[in-house]
Amino acid sequence: MARAAVLGRLTWQVGTVAGVRDETPTARTIMLDVPGWPGHQAGQHVDVRLTAADGYSTQRSYSIASAPGSTSLELTVQRLPDGEVSPYLAEVLAPGDPLELRGPIGGWFVWDPENAEPVLLVAGGSGVVPLMAMIRTRAMSGSQAPFRLVYSVRAPDTALYAGELADRARSDAGLDVTYVYTRSAPPGWPAPAGRINTDILTAGQPAQPGQAVFVCGPTGFVEAAADLLVDAGQEPRTIKTERFGPSGGQT
Amino acid sequence: MNAHLDGNVLAGTLRELFTVDITTATGQCVSCGTTAAMAEARVYADAPGMVARCATCDEVVLRLVRGPGRAWLDMRGLNYLELQLPA
Amino acid sequence: MGIVSRGFGGHRRTGGEKLPPGQYLVTGFPVLSAGPTPRIKLDSWELKIRTETGESRSWDWAAFRALPHEDITVDLHCVTKWSKFGTAWQGVSLDTLLTGVETTAQFALARSYGGYTTNLPLADLLHGQAWIAYSYDSADLDPEHGGPARLLVPHLYLWKSAKWVQGIDLRRDDEPGFWESLGYHNYGDPWREQRYWGD
Repeated sequence: MARAAVLGRLTWQVGTVAGVRDETPTARTIMLDVPGWPGHQAGQHVDVRLTAADGYSTQRSYSIASAPGSTSLELTVQRLPDGEVSPYLAEVLAPGDPLELRGPIGGWFVWDPENAEPVLLVAGGSGVVPLMAMIRTRAMSGSQAPFRLVYSVRAPDTALYAGELADRARSDAGLDVTYVYTRSAPPGWPAPAGRINTDILTAGQPAQPGQAVFVCGPTGFVEAAADLLVDAGQEPRTIKTERFGPSGGQT
Repeated sequence: MNAHLDGNVLAGTLRELFTVDITTATGQCVSCGTTAAMAEARVYADAPGMVARCATCDEVVLRLVRGPGRAWLDMRGLNYLELQLPA
Repeated sequence: MGIVSRGFGGHRRTGGEKLPPGQYLVTGFPVLSAGPTPRIKLDSWELKIRTETGESRSWDWAAFRALPHEDITVDLHCVTKWSKFGTAWQGVSLDTLLTGVETTAQFALARSYGGYTTNLPLADLLHGQAWIAYSYDSADLDPEHGGPARLLVPHLYLWKSAKWVQGIDLRRDDEPGFWESLGYHNYGDPWREQRYWGD
């Protein structure tokens, strides 16, 4: 059961873009400095608000990608075609610009480093962002909880954090990373491109008692993965889901 | 495929109204009696407002409209909310 | 107002005189819903109009589709701020459905499969202002957009155009519907920007 702190009402804060880092040709990470940032838990998100000169404003939610660290927080934004907000965040926003946000938000889809139980992370596309925060938090905290990431992407060049995940799979003891390529697999990949299935999710093992599961990504992906896990014996109440919506992200 | 999201999406707007995170609170559905975390509700968030439905029976447990400078909250679909607080 | 985001424009908000205040133009057709899409079988579909005296008339799908219908092209305005111009529908006018109905009722409540309701003055359903539409863009109305049939009242915000319409009750008293009872304006004229209570 999540602790509930009495937090105070959520209000808008202004952060400054400290830097940006391209992750793929269509996605980038934004590093933000937010004075007075209270810190956050892995899995939480922020709401971002953009305002045009005539006062028109709109907001979107983005998962926090970073473990608590030197910048206040990092967001990874996937540019969606015909999006209203994602092209601005992925292409226009620049270091030194202000960005209005509020958070951290969400107490359910979070991983607490004090939990020692094994964790299965199932990511579809940009759904990997909050799960990456969990992986980074695990490393930073020294947690030995066994972590397994199953990351479904269309093709190798659409995978976020590929280099870092490869490094961590080697160096973070107890972290296992498995990819699923749905449209095109890398040369030499042992399996043809295809959707996630039970064998990949369970690694051929029966459902581990005490295993916590986090599934995040487009709605269709989350439902398919959660159904497969339940059918394979995972207790539904142990599966936490964060559906990003049909397009898999915030336009 | 259902077009709903998870109860998580209520967290931001509810945190404007309440000083605790309601999504981790447990609620009981007035229609079928199921108890679950609000985060486990099925939320239709594209509507003019947010509509949270019971994941067991699909009846409305909570409705929320956010307008300029005000919000409306209807929780008649819940018998109660149980919140964990610091001791 | 929040801080201005350098270089952010957002959705196009100029459409000349045809765009009501506060709206922006879209080319797609967003799907908004308060619940799961009802799956209604045509062989059990029924449209029922009830008057304030308890009298009713109803049509099954065959009878409904045998009624005189119209092709109309209208602009849609959603209270969530998107507008879509020039949408083409086919449907049966409420004038046709209400022909010969004796009533002193001033109000109407539209009821949908799935439980949604919305209210409006009876006068706003008459005189060529409202239809029960079953075809959009020359094809059967998609369930996501309210098929088999939805109410269409384009001069009001789109939440008044109840999807999956099942019936219309004519009433002496005004009963606020699903959104009207939780902050949304009781009438909902986009040209006077009547989005919320008190607007």
